[in-house]
Amino acid sequence: MAKVLDNPRPTLKERAAKLGGQVQGSQVWNSIFRPGSIFRKGYTDSPRNRSYVIMNSVLYHLHPVKVKRHAVKVSYTLCLGGLSFFLFILLTVTGIFLMFFYRPTGANAWQDIQTLQTSVTFGLLIRNMHRWGAHLMVLSVFLHMARVFYHGAYKPPREFNWVIGVVLLTLTLLLSFTGYLLPWDQLALWAVTVGTNMMGYSPVIGSVRASRTHASFRHRHLYGNSLLARPQRRRNLWTSVSEGAHND
Amino acid sequence: MTEIPEHLLKRAQAAREKAAAESDAPADAGAGDSRIPDHLLERSKAARASGDGAVAVADKATAVVASAPAGSVPVGAGPGGHTQRLLTVVKSGSIQETKAAPVDKVHTWPHLLAVEFVAALACTAFLFVFSWVVNAPLLHAADFNKTPNPSKAPWYFLGLQELLTMFHPMIAGVTLPGMGLVALILAPYVDRNTSNKPEDRKWMTSMMTLFLMFWAVLVIIGSFFRGPGFNFTFPWRDGIFFEL
Repeated sequence: MAKVLDNPRPTLKERAAKLGGQVQGSQVWNSIFRPGSIFRKGYTDSPRNRSYVIMNSVLYHLHPVKVKRHAVKVSYTLCLGGLSFFLFILLTVTGIFLMFFYRPTGANAWQDIQTLQTSVTFGLLIRNMHRWGAHLMVLSVFLHMARVFYHGAYKPPREFNWVIGVVLLTLTLLLSFTGYLLPWDQLALWAVTVGTNMMGYSPVIGSVRASRTHASFRHRHLYGNSLLARPQRRRNLWTSVSEGAHND
Repeated sequence: MTEIPEHLLKRAQAAREKAAAESDAPADAGAGDSRIPDHLLERSKAARASGDGAVAVADKATAVVASAPAGSVPVGAGPGGHTQRLLTVVKSGSIQETKAAPVDKVHTWPHLLAVEFVAALACTAFLFVFSWVVNAPLLHAADFNKTPNPSKAPWYFLGLQELLTMFHPMIAGVTLPGMGLVALILAPYVDRNTSNKPEDRKWMTSMMTLFLMFWAVLVIIGSFFRGPGFNFTFPWRDGIFFEL
């Protein structure tokens, strides 16, 4: 009994070790670091763990050698995940094509789109595919999320897949949103203005805003595409300053 | 103790009767009528003749086989001539490790990849035809001095813009969507239910449906039921104020 009382409180080191063990044993930790990861509790450099690294990789998860027969049915997944990825590829390809004819500056952007549509072979078609494809991708990613949820496919051991999926959904929305700005027409400008006005209140992004007056959106940093934003911001800063001078 | 199943009792009874019938019949099976094939028996005999160390084994095997069909009741046998008794019946699963039923699987190639390829082709075809027929909008060049009425966000953010009509921007634009995202991310860690069956997941299914419907309804209202000044309109009365 006396021996126990000799050391009544655990030292800082012991407490840190205990906390580390608890973190490593938690569901969140184990869902992020799958079997084979060196960060898992009780990891050993064994052939089994080396095999797990490959078998648990994301590519192998997406397409293992064999899949359950019911999962192959189109009515089960509606191919939504695959289509989302395919649309991403399609948007990359058509987007690179569009980049050849487009200068992301306030002075040239709209005129470049106009020229692309009227003077470039298949320019209008490719632009249409890029735009409709982007809308379709937002829709398919959203529906894919719903499908995964209703099948309970986010449950252990796939919790972290779901988290990555939510991040990808957010990224899809943001990329689509920034792409919305690029034609630099009235629709783009004012849609993005409304959007950035909403985001202007978020803690990090919104801190750059100078004031909450109506004209303040003009020198907001987040115009979507930074290439377009920089020259545009310079111009806007000038207009708002001059406008402020007029108001005074 | 576990009760002995009916069918095992019946089987034991049948075996007992059979053994009794066999013991009644004169046993004419001699040492030659063993289950060892003739050529093997010959070989072992030859080996025995050559006087080798393998003799003992062959000898013993013959002896054992010879003693089996002898017909007489062995020493220490139970009622009916049985040398073993059924002590208890252990159900499988209580001491055995039973594996789950094998899962019906097919190869990813070609079964899944073919389906995905067709889906990608169909998607491309749809997008191609749609893009051929419907042109993407390109309005007048951006003009800071002409604010269109109404000004609308892209359709997927119209739910948020709809919320803006009800709450302060801090709540509608940041807090509510932020909470929604955090709730989505936490869903797999909050949901302790491990079942995948729809009948076991009524709570989560209804929560998610509410969540999705909430945003869908807001987006639809923001898209089609909001006109100039972002005031409420009916699309069939005032037209649609919506651009993709």
